Amino acid sequence: MKSAVVVFPGINREHDMARALKLASGHETAMAWHADTALPQGTDLVVVPGGFSYGDYLRCGAIAARAPIMDAVRAHAARGGLVMGVCNGFQILCEAGLLPGVLMRNARLKFICKDVHLRIERSDTPFTRGYNAGQVIRVPVAHGEGNYEADDETVKRLEGEGRVLYRYCAPDGAINDASNINGATHSIAGIVNDAGNVLGMMPHPENHVEAIMGCTDGRGLFAGLVEHFARAA
Amino acid sequence: MKARVTVTLKSGILDPQGKAIEGALKSLGVDGVSSVRQGKVFDIELSGNDKAKAEAALKQAADKLLANTVIENYRVEVMG
Repeated sequence: MKSAVVVFPGINREHDMARALKLASGHETAMAWHADTALPQGTDLVVVPGGFSYGDYLRCGAIAARAPIMDAVRAHAARGGLVMGVCNGFQILCEAGLLPGVLMRNARLKFICKDVHLRIERSDTPFTRGYNAGQVIRVPVAHGEGNYEADDETVKRLEGEGRVLYRYCAPDGAINDASNINGATHSIAGIVNDAGNVLGMMPHPENHVEAIMGCTDGRGLFAGLVEHFARAA
Repeated sequence: MKARVTVTLKSGILDPQGKAIEGALKSLGVDGVSSVRQGKVFDIELSGNDKAKAEAALKQAADKLLANTVIENYRVEVMG
């Protein structure tokens, strides 16, 4: 699996992501600069990492979504290539029109930086095949605007088509208001587009991949992606 | 030409910032505030004198960048 991480000014999680991708795949992770017009040759997976692109000016992710590299990311997605956006990356993919909906200010207004529990809703996707359906994992979040909202029809489609892959939950997997940290619609933490090849999620699986981090629950996502490409090859 | 684009949240969209401001106004004792919705104002200077052209350009600006039309409405005013 050859991965490219897209870097915008103000992004700060690109090295964590590059490290996690290399750890899982054994390949060096390429970096693609926002002003580039093409992705590195042979890119299998594009990752838009977390951070504060353009200082969150205007709206989170709004300016990054219009950067030159995003045309190449759109073309990659249109070809069926895998794209994954984490945190600010999720916001950018929504602003870019690659995912529906929007990430609003957290319902209780606080910037939330802590470990949360996520329930894996299905395991038959490239982004979740390293887990079992119903499995609960622990990964960190760090965001002020992670409250996923979309119009009723979009939410109905997401649910009906099984496009919610990750949901905030209690340690036992229960979905309730107390575990819905940011007030997201239906406790949504991660979704895919209608073709299933573009993922956006607010939590940071890349920060729970090594024993020294205190938890390795994020590994499944990366291992699953590597397996996806290994099978396709 | 001077112009102004005003971006507001669509009704029904939760506005936690507006709610917080509303609470602060109430705690300051400002009378009669029943609700607050926060928005954005862009003051834009344009070259040329064609009002219709300016309006079209500003609409494009709002659709492409200034507003997220999933959750926001906008209003364009060319003041001349």
